[in-house]
Amino acid sequence: MADAAQPFDAAKASAFFSKAGHAGWLGLTYSDHGSDWVELELPWREDLLGEEDRLVLASGPIISLMDMASGMAIWQTVQSFTPIATLDLRVDYQRPARERSAVWGRVQCYRTTRSAAFVRGIAHDGDREDPVAHVAGVFMTIARDPRSDKDAADE
Amino acid sequence: MNERLPAYARSLGIRQHGEESGVPILTVDFARNVEGRPGTFHGGATAGLLENAGYAALRMRLAAEGRDPRLKPINITVQYLAAGRAKPTFALARITRLGRRNANVAVEAWQDERDRPIATAVMNILMA
Repeated sequence: MADAAQPFDAAKASAFFSKAGHAGWLGLTYSDHGSDWVELELPWREDLLGEEDRLVLASGPIISLMDMASGMAIWQTVQSFTPIATLDLRVDYQRPARERSAVWGRVQCYRTTRSAAFVRGIAHDGDREDPVAHVAGVFMTIARDPRSDKDAADE
Repeated sequence: MNERLPAYARSLGIRQHGEESGVPILTVDFARNVEGRPGTFHGGATAGLLENAGYAALRMRLAAEGRDPRLKPINITVQYLAAGRAKPTFALARITRLGRRNANVAVEAWQDERDRPIATAVMNILMA
């Protein structure tokens, strides 16, 4: 890249994100991306089950997956790793994921304004035509965190 | 009475922290496995705490009524109000409506100040 600031690349950035913090703990990995969307994979894991007697991922990790894929889709769309904060995230669960199945979260950033980014996407367990969940969210770009008394840059 | 939490909740570090009017308060400490932006809670971890508090409150109410249905998530909407800092976070749910097949549950999460929530959620839960 000729520019000093390299454009955001979801494939490369995922290698970094998937090692740290909550996303690393969940084991989120890069799956695929386009100009305005990113797909991540949440591997099946026994200690992420939502119920005692069913080998199905809990819904909580799926929210994390969709939140992370949303952030990546926004950075991919605006082509830069700008600080963002989730403002509102809605997940509609159509059905449980299959037993012992990984879940993929595929999110598109369909609109950005100066201060907000709008996303929508699906979670699926192998077939995108038969989603596990749909998601819609709004994120704020935070040169200054609108939810905080402090400047994000001061944190 | 200590609420029995699912594997995901225990694995994330969620535990019960007393109760209020018979409803369990859940808490999770700040640690690497809940961290998003450096020094702050990941939105997904906060949502996980909210969601588990919702289920815990509903299970307790259903048990009091002698009901033990399977709970299935219909949807959840999370509002993020402030960044979750590097300190313990608490969550408590209120059952807005308990029907025969569906429960509508509102949940709040806070840190230092109970009346300054960092996130809220509304959940619809199917009882099958």
